[in-house]
Amino acid sequence: MLCDVCKCNDATVFLTQILEGKMQKVNLCDACSKEKGVQDPTGFALADLLLGIGAAEEIEKGASTQKCPVCGFSQADFKKTGRLGCSACYITFAEGLNTLLKAMHKGTEHVGKFPQHAHRAMELNNRMRALTENLQKAVAAENYETAASLRDQIKQLESDLAS
Amino acid sequence: MKFSNVMATAGEWLRGEGPHHQIVVSSRVRLARNLRNRPFPGWAKKAERTSILDLVRPRVEELTEMQDSFSEGLQELSALERQVLVERHLISREHAAKGVGSAVVMNRRQTLSIMINEEDHLRMQSIRSGLQLKQAFKLVDKIDSALESKLEFAYDPRLGYLTACPTNVGTGMRASAMLHLPGLVLSELINQVIQAVSKIGLAVRGLYGEGTEAMGNLFQISNQTTLGEKEDEIINRLSKVIETIIEKEHDARQVLLQKKSNTLWDQIGRAYGVLTYAHAMASKEALNLLSIIKLGVDLGAFPEDRRLPIDELFIDIQPAHLQKSSQQKLNAEERDHLRAQIIRERLKLFPKPDISKMARESGNGSIAQDLK
Repeated sequence: MLCDVCKCNDATVFLTQILEGKMQKVNLCDACSKEKGVQDPTGFALADLLLGIGAAEEIEKGASTQKCPVCGFSQADFKKTGRLGCSACYITFAEGLNTLLKAMHKGTEHVGKFPQHAHRAMELNNRMRALTENLQKAVAAENYETAASLRDQIKQLESDLAS
Repeated sequence: MKFSNVMATAGEWLRGEGPHHQIVVSSRVRLARNLRNRPFPGWAKKAERTSILDLVRPRVEELTEMQDSFSEGLQELSALERQVLVERHLISREHAAKGVGSAVVMNRRQTLSIMINEEDHLRMQSIRSGLQLKQAFKLVDKIDSALESKLEFAYDPRLGYLTACPTNVGTGMRASAMLHLPGLVLSELINQVIQAVSKIGLAVRGLYGEGTEAMGNLFQISNQTTLGEKEDEIINRLSKVIETIIEKEHDARQVLLQKKSNTLWDQIGRAYGVLTYAHAMASKEALNLLSIIKLGVDLGAFPEDRRLPIDELFIDIQPAHLQKSSQQKLNAEERDHLRAQIIRERLKLFPKPDISKMARESGNGSIAQDLK
């Protein structure tokens, strides 16, 4: 079996980590295991190591030649650095990243703090959806007076969203 | 505020007396934040990094907590000054390697430091003495809330705060405590503890974080995962584990006192002897010996008022601090001499270890008291 890091030497160190019932395996050769600090229990975390190996492969599965439309980052860049290019990369490479995040973290969905603007945007979006629905209903019912008022409200909301 | 002011005063966390301060040197909480749709610092071109810095830095400097702050671009700081900040845990080793386009802003009390364009656009850190993770989080959370009204942070309703490295996504929070565990090291139980802690999704690291060696019996414990758990849940979980480790450390010390007291006196006596008379000493040796003296203070072999000078030495004898205070660049040999000299001078006023005091104190439960 070849080493997962250098892919040329035979693996001699086999690591298995079970965290919260999820199993992760990594095979390493002697030189790579030393380089990655595997033999030093104080400095070693499998998640960090996986970033360099599994991550790039996971991302490859998701998108083969894709580049992030916002920052131009590609999967090859991720393979090199283990870091992403910008926040939009999380959407571009979502498929591969999801598998990676699942292996790395306790859950798959954020449950902690959120910025107030995100909260406001969510509320505004919900209101917009309701207004649009009502507008369609009013138009279908040929209730033009209501429709006009709804249209004005939507316009107001659009300018709020833009600001 | 100038760098000389930073240098002249030790961080509040060092002098403070937070809960369990005998064993928990400090508690730190950092939050990683990024601007939406702007390239992360590692991917951004120099011009982009600079423009992000120009956008973020004034917003950080105008925070009420940052009145009279120390704010400097990394390229303005000498290599030695950056290293001083690393030794005080005010910036990371990664940040110290940055130049144009990166900056650090910290408050006067050195309880809050914000790195701009480290791995993420913002790395905000709060540091407190003793076990005070909740309080540390409270401060950094407040800073985050103040900044989010002025800067649009990268946030996804499902994944939370988006970070350059997927290991930080979600809360973007890393909470950690620096523990002094000579009892567990001397009784050779430390590896058991490290293994147990790693199994429950927490990381144990050396003095300066990832991949660094454990020196001076100091260990950093932090959360490993950031997604799928609320900030206060992570902090509660971590605090509970740390409280258990504190108990284990006290137990180990009790066992040493009762069953291996001769070894203990010997260790303390030797540490005192070497530190008082040596003329050359490397950082690692010094930290390891100072750790034993610190244990001696905890156990009553040295008077309580000797605690601060020892804690200060932990910082002052590190390479960059030595060179900065001596106003010159020194090679390794010169540093070792100067280090030994500083330690000898500070220990001049130090009484010899009083073993009778130590045995007595262990009997009347002074250790148990600290746990309450």
